[in-house]
Amino acid sequence: MIKLWFKSGSPWIWLNAAAVSVCMLMVVGVLGLVIVRGVGHFWPSQVVQFSYQEEGKQPQTIIGEKVDSSVMPALMAKSAGHKMADNEETLTQYLIKVGNRDVTGTDFRWIEKRNIKEHSEPLDLMVIERREWGNFYGRLVEVKEAGNTLASGAAAWSVLQTKLAEALTVYKQIAYLEKKEIGAINYGLERLRLKQKRLQLDKQWDEAAKQQIAAETAAYDVKYKEYQAQLATLYQQIRRCTLVAETESGTQVKIPLNKVVRAFQPNALSVLDKIAHYGVKVVEFLTEDPREANTEGGIFPAIFGTIMMVLMMSVIVTPFGVIAAVYLREYAKQGFVTRLIRIAVNNLAGVPSVVYGVFGLGFFVYILGGNIDQLFFPESLPAPVFGTPGLLWASITLALLTLPVVIVSTEEGLARIPSSIREGSLALGATKLETLWLTVLPMASPAMMTGLILAVARAAGEVAPLMLVGVVKLAPTLPLDGNFPFLHLDRKFMHLGFHIYDVGFQSPNVEAARPLVYATALLLVLVIVGLNLAAIIIRNNLREKYRALEG
Amino acid sequence: MSTQQVRTHAIDMSSVLRDRSSHNEQNETCIKVENLNLFYGTKQALHTINLEMPKKKVTAYIGPSGCGKSTLLRCINRMNDLVDSARIEGQILLDGENIYDKSVNVAALRRRVGMVFQKPNPFPKSIFENVAYGLRIQGINDKRILEETVETSLRGAALWDEMKDRLNDNALGMSGGQQQRLVIARAIAIEPEVLLLDEPASALDPISTLKIEELINELKEKYTIVIVTHNMQQAARVSDYTAFMYMGELIEMGTTSELFTNPVKKQTEDYITGRYG
Repeated sequence: MIKLWFKSGSPWIWLNAAAVSVCMLMVVGVLGLVIVRGVGHFWPSQVVQFSYQEEGKQPQTIIGEKVDSSVMPALMAKSAGHKMADNEETLTQYLIKVGNRDVTGTDFRWIEKRNIKEHSEPLDLMVIERREWGNFYGRLVEVKEAGNTLASGAAAWSVLQTKLAEALTVYKQIAYLEKKEIGAINYGLERLRLKQKRLQLDKQWDEAAKQQIAAETAAYDVKYKEYQAQLATLYQQIRRCTLVAETESGTQVKIPLNKVVRAFQPNALSVLDKIAHYGVKVVEFLTEDPREANTEGGIFPAIFGTIMMVLMMSVIVTPFGVIAAVYLREYAKQGFVTRLIRIAVNNLAGVPSVVYGVFGLGFFVYILGGNIDQLFFPESLPAPVFGTPGLLWASITLALLTLPVVIVSTEEGLARIPSSIREGSLALGATKLETLWLTVLPMASPAMMTGLILAVARAAGEVAPLMLVGVVKLAPTLPLDGNFPFLHLDRKFMHLGFHIYDVGFQSPNVEAARPLVYATALLLVLVIVGLNLAAIIIRNNLREKYRALEG
Repeated sequence: MSTQQVRTHAIDMSSVLRDRSSHNEQNETCIKVENLNLFYGTKQALHTINLEMPKKKVTAYIGPSGCGKSTLLRCINRMNDLVDSARIEGQILLDGENIYDKSVNVAALRRRVGMVFQKPNPFPKSIFENVAYGLRIQGINDKRILEETVETSLRGAALWDEMKDRLNDNALGMSGGQQQRLVIARAIAIEPEVLLLDEPASALDPISTLKIEELINELKEKYTIVIVTHNMQQAARVSDYTAFMYMGELIEMGTTSELFTNPVKKQTEDYITGRYG
């Protein structure tokens, strides 16, 4: 019977199906975890007020968001130092995000369920997202302008919202002036300084040059003074208003409005309001710069850096890989050496990526970049331009890393083109080169795209080599901006993969950062999926166009 | 019949070319193969072939599979150059010029000697671009000239009426017979002197085959045609001259009517009467 069953192939089919199921489960599990944890982060959770009394201590009030809970068996709780009564079998604890780091020193605290006397969700509890010190939880007392109370009590809330909106507008203007306008002036001044040094090095530093540079510097100075004056007024304006709030323990805290990102009362929000709030938070996450050691705010620079780097890498690796593959397949004599080269190329794909990082740092950054600096940028020495990790070197290093996949799939594509097509072209009097350009390469283009898809998938997810050749925790400027020459290949940049590592493992505030890790991971997956989808769509179009002959 | 006997017959060139003098009186020779030997590595595929093909006539090569008829055909436009291991001795004269001379530009030669393969091999481009391919290679991009040539070529290949409204469709959407006629149109678009047809109808259905054969009859007005075929009836129908090959040797050549009705060699007779091959 058993023998028959084995012969029938059923166990084999079951095994196959089981393997597929396990794969599916893992994929769904990974995505599910990342989505659930990451997406939930932006939802405004209720703020709870607990009446809490530990044994033998004064009763206290705790205000915060319930983040996590744990259930511990009595034995374990005892050994962890909790006092347990005999009839208690488990100890339930909640992790509460209490915020107010400036007052209490911590963002989170564990409380025991048995000590909670009472809990409620009063509507007037307020969350303030601040630019420093994390969230504030408490009640609004009053809003002040230049020392005078504008409103207090129940009326204060609406006044706060209007004043806050004003402050945010001013804040945006300040940020624009500081980053864009004054940033451009600084950039211009730096270029002038380098120009001056260059002229001095070239021994062309004469009166005319001196005057020209002085004139340009003066022009910048005038502009700078103008902006400085504007800034001063704006700062004065934004610092005028303060809000006074009460913490859980009754301490009053003054928070200037220029330090506030947003204030809301989550318990009073309707579902629609919460959805709107959620949308705003997600948009902020996608479009803003990070704050507070990357644990708050957005990750736009990281998204931008990742996409930028992948695009640069594609631009470098595709032509390079295709040309190499064409030589290997079409021109090189197919012999021992070619085979050896092919094996070597295939094996390059298996080299750990951090090795490429080390190579990139040692060769590209120090040797190549250092020499470029010596030759072309003597004026900025000893400060390096290309002799330091940056976007260019990261892209080239990853291009090297992904070169084998492009070569291998292009070669396969070239090999798959029927010889009858080549012969057809040659028989019409085309040379080998013409045949290659007019017929063979277009027909092999879907295979090239496949190579590129694999390359993008691998490159976008790499972290280890990037840490060595150009990615940083926080880049003050994007590699693409409005200052000539617009694309700054020498700049360092941020990257989603490294951002995950940094937020998750290097953050001073691990609890606060954890949901961001998931959100960033989700985004990284989405970015890679997006890049891949784009490439796949292009490939499918090409495939449709150059559908090879059947048989 | 032993190989030895075949050899002896083959070397007896006087009988093979018994009609040669009379042909020369009527017809100008277009292609002349002289003492051609071809080796794939160490294996000899063609043994001392001597053969003349007259201008604007259809010459058919017949013979069993593997007898070297396709190889011989591919020598005429130097397609065998693509095979790394192929080595050629002897010469082929096209209008009195040795095409294996070092000074010959192979691409230019192939423009003079067009070729159509066994399986239709249109490029994955539009019908128009397929026909215009050879012209574009020569640097002709004038739209008017291209359109004119595409039309005449498609008319020449009896495809214009079917395809004139579908010129921008992908050629791979056509039927096998249409594809083969498209490939012929593509070949005649660059106005070659010679057309080499390598079993052009073997992958086609009877109706398409008939169309191709009719086409060959029309095309010989303008081109010297060499056709390789498996099908003796086809050779009898379309060709003016027939060469019978066996095991890499040319056994017999003559006008088609004579070769089929009154073969000199016993092997030829055996083959055309279906006793082997």
